[in-house]
Amino acid sequence: MAGYFEAAPDGGAAIALDEVEISILRSLAVQLLELIGPGPGGSADDSDPLAALLADGPTQPPSDPALARLFPNAYCDPNKASDAAAEAASAEFRRYTENDLRSRKREDALAVVHALDALTPAGDRGAVLRVDGDQAQRWLGTLNDLRLTIGTRLGVDEDPDSELYRLPDEDPRKPLMMAYMWLGGLQESLIETLLP
Amino acid sequence: MGRVSVAPVEIERTESSEAVSEEPKPDVPWVTIVHNDPVNLMSYVTYVFQAYFGYPKDKAKRLMLDVHHKGRAVVSSGTREEMERDVQAMHGYGLWATLSQDR
Repeated sequence: MAGYFEAAPDGGAAIALDEVEISILRSLAVQLLELIGPGPGGSADDSDPLAALLADGPTQPPSDPALARLFPNAYCDPNKASDAAAEAASAEFRRYTENDLRSRKREDALAVVHALDALTPAGDRGAVLRVDGDQAQRWLGTLNDLRLTIGTRLGVDEDPDSELYRLPDEDPRKPLMMAYMWLGGLQESLIETLLP
Repeated sequence: MGRVSVAPVEIERTESSEAVSEEPKPDVPWVTIVHNDPVNLMSYVTYVFQAYFGYPKDKAKRLMLDVHHKGRAVVSSGTREEMERDVQAMHGYGLWATLSQDR
């Protein structure tokens, strides 16, 4: 797994992916879609956009730690003791924003899945994925959401000497940690192509 | 950006006289604070500050380093509605942001 994004001559970014890499990325993006879901009170049915627009979102933070990280309380400063006013304001903010945020993150992950499905890997040579403009932003967002989700699951912290970075092969967390590191490399290389 | 959203602007109603007395002066600006987290890449945080706020690279990088070393940085200030918009955008990027009144 050594492929990274490179700036393409036409302004976008490109990366060569083999079948295994495509399969891993697709599987992770689908899991992210399932995790984010429509959310409480949200609807997976997009046939009535007006109803979806007017529907109230949730007021409570998600109980899943990874989702709570993706959709944090807007008024609760982690360095201060939370008070009732901050929690009430956070609940109102969440009611009006979380569904929108969830659907945007879902759209991004779905775009990633569709882009991967459009690739036709030719045996050992893999396939070259090209992204630019809006598509690059969607990839960037989904790579970050995946890292936030996996990082929360693994308990990644600031410690550079964490055991996570030297897990033995038989550790059940090892594959996920390798995916986490790989996604970081992908994201880092994509950012480099986006910077002026 | 440019997506439709029901902004939580008009829901700002004070419910009791007690709340009114605690409400800080309206002319005190609100701020958007980005908090450190162990996952977001330093290059990504810098990129977001450049891309969303339009900050020059030096300023974006300085703010990112504040987040990284001090645990937090004030990245924008303005009205409550503006800061709600910024916080929502930061959450969209996956940054951990909150807003509060700067007092």
